[in-house]
Amino acid sequence: MEEKLLLLGDQAIALGALHAGLSGVYAYPGTPSTEITEYIQQSELAIERGVYSRWCTNEKTAMEAALGVSYVGKRALVCMKHVGLNVAADAFVNSAITGTNGGLVVLVADDPSMHSSQNEQDSRFYGKFALAPIFEPSSQQEAYDMIRYAFDFSEEHKLPVLMRVTTRMAHSRAVVHTKAAREQNPMKFPDPTAGWVLLPAIARKRYATVIGQQPTLEQLAETSPFNSYTDGPNRKRGVIACGIAYNYLMEQFPEGCDFPVLKISQYPLPKNLIRRMAETCEEILVLEDGQPFVEEQVRGILPISCRITGRITGAAPRTGELTPDNVRAALGLPASKSMAPCEYVVPRPPALCNGCGHRDMYETLNRVIREYKDYKVFGDIGCYTLGALPPFRAIHTCVDMGASITMAKGAADAGLWPAIAVIGDSTFTHSGITGLLDAVNAKANITIVISDNLTTAMTGGQDSAGTNRLESICRGVGVEPEHIRVVVPLPKNMEEIAATLREEINYKGVSVIIPRRECIQTLKRHHQAKLKNESSKS
Amino acid sequence: MKSDIILSGVGGQGILSIATIIGEAALDEGLHIKQAEVHGMSQRGGDVQSNLRLSSDPIRSDLIPYGTADLILSLEPMEALRYLPYLSEKGWVVTHSVPFINIPNYPDPEKLNEELNRLPHVVLLDVEKLAKECGAPRSSNMVLLGAASDLLHIGIEKFEEGIRRVFGRKGEEIVEANITALRCGRDAAKSIIDQKMKQ
Repeated sequence: MEEKLLLLGDQAIALGALHAGLSGVYAYPGTPSTEITEYIQQSELAIERGVYSRWCTNEKTAMEAALGVSYVGKRALVCMKHVGLNVAADAFVNSAITGTNGGLVVLVADDPSMHSSQNEQDSRFYGKFALAPIFEPSSQQEAYDMIRYAFDFSEEHKLPVLMRVTTRMAHSRAVVHTKAAREQNPMKFPDPTAGWVLLPAIARKRYATVIGQQPTLEQLAETSPFNSYTDGPNRKRGVIACGIAYNYLMEQFPEGCDFPVLKISQYPLPKNLIRRMAETCEEILVLEDGQPFVEEQVRGILPISCRITGRITGAAPRTGELTPDNVRAALGLPASKSMAPCEYVVPRPPALCNGCGHRDMYETLNRVIREYKDYKVFGDIGCYTLGALPPFRAIHTCVDMGASITMAKGAADAGLWPAIAVIGDSTFTHSGITGLLDAVNAKANITIVISDNLTTAMTGGQDSAGTNRLESICRGVGVEPEHIRVVVPLPKNMEEIAATLREEINYKGVSVIIPRRECIQTLKRHHQAKLKNESSKS
Repeated sequence: MKSDIILSGVGGQGILSIATIIGEAALDEGLHIKQAEVHGMSQRGGDVQSNLRLSSDPIRSDLIPYGTADLILSLEPMEALRYLPYLSEKGWVVTHSVPFINIPNYPDPEKLNEELNRLPHVVLLDVEKLAKECGAPRSSNMVLLGAASDLLHIGIEKFEEGIRRVFGRKGEEIVEANITALRCGRDAAKSIIDQKMKQ
């Protein structure tokens, strides 16, 4: 059905994928990508069509399951935040070597300015690294249209497609005109000679094939409906604007840009269009959100005498997201007249909610741990990372999903005691279990706190893969049952939790303490849903 | 017509539902809309903002440039002041007047008040009190939206229809409470806005 809807970029992508005949979405929650999968989970069309949309344990399992869907000829979407692609990288890079059967789109949401992340890596580098075509929408409408195009493209060229968005595209709403929905693909096995068994002899052939496809992909970028060259009268400068950078550029020129503009939303780079711009313009300014991915490559495409500016040269800031104001500065336009910031305004950092179980856990941990001399607490990724801030200042590290357990183990290997790991339930199943197995095998002298709030809380309360099974998982991995201790993090249980912590810190080996109490945000939601149910019955 | 609005507050206060209602009303008016939101980590009691742009012409940037916002609509006084560099010279600030203090170094509320009152176009209202008085204690965000409704170039009935569409599935009682709150806010701000417009 054709409709006009106000959608977040993430929702436009989700609906575009459904309308493109999607059979399954595979994802682990991660800001700013989470809303794509959530939209599909709640979509009536998806439910009616039986589109698979259950959360995965991590991005790697998601990527591999999606490749399985593609293998049998159906269309699959994988969604993750930028750092999730580090986890899925093995599967992603090799999926370009196997190639695809049904359309496979890997949607990665980057977070320049690190609104909710630990780095601002640019996923386009991964696309190039894997030799995969990359799509980068500049508007919500383009995102909706593009994902369907990307599925067709993936099927036609038998390659996975990387679609890259940034926070402002993912989390910004605009009106989107939808199109009629396409049916799902029937099951269809790949050609038996296609090369899905990546033994060296086969992989070498497949790698050569993928390399051989690159000139075609470059040619298609030259004529892509999403890339465009618009000439302008002022040849002092040509501007290459990628993805949403195009909007910040055009914001400065409501009546049309003076300079020639090359809008890029499909990669590999259209080299001929770039050369054409260089032939007519004195200087080229590259505007791109994220890292200087295009700016670096343009230097290799154009003669060394060409003047190229962008994030590397400092025309645009080297870090952080683009804004209409820093793009204005990059264009050499005078800054807009604006009021000075108010001197009394102070930062208001996020904090753990009042009544959150992590608070009681940290309060007790802080009290107990200070009884020891050279302790360190290795943290992990989730709401409980906020335990690094005052008033708790309870953790010393936070690096990547699962690193708390393995870093504590490494530190213990090197002689540290007490070495404490604090990890959430969802992060534990995402990437903590394998590290726990290492620790058990080494009988590492560490104490692991799995702060279990029965959900993936930071991203808004999605299902957690190990709910109700954490003890059995720990037992299965080999933690001694008497050193798996469950407590309820409430102020009244402080003494009991403190005693448990002391006992397990003093035990020479791997112990796991599970403070378990539901996230107060999901508790509130469940309570409201229950009230609503009761009132609709009465 | 164009209206660039910065919505601000503290995570959990409900600025996104204000944005949703304005978005619904603007969609109904046939306007172009862009609305950039903040999700994720910042929602946990930290400062949150949303850039909402409405226009009869196509909109390019999802973000509002410095010095061009027509309105800062805030559920918290310090959070209103945080975005002053975005406000245009003729822009309005409509804000809840009561501080939300969840940090140890919160500035002196009196100083904040002085700063706000120094602005030419400001409406300071205790929207929580107004919401209680009009019998809709949980709809203070709609009181705030109502207070700014005359500045948005969209008829109040469009906001009411927006409330019906967005809150409809929550039941008639909730719809009515939100509409009452909207009207209460509009009435409370009307004389202040009229007076400042004359100046």
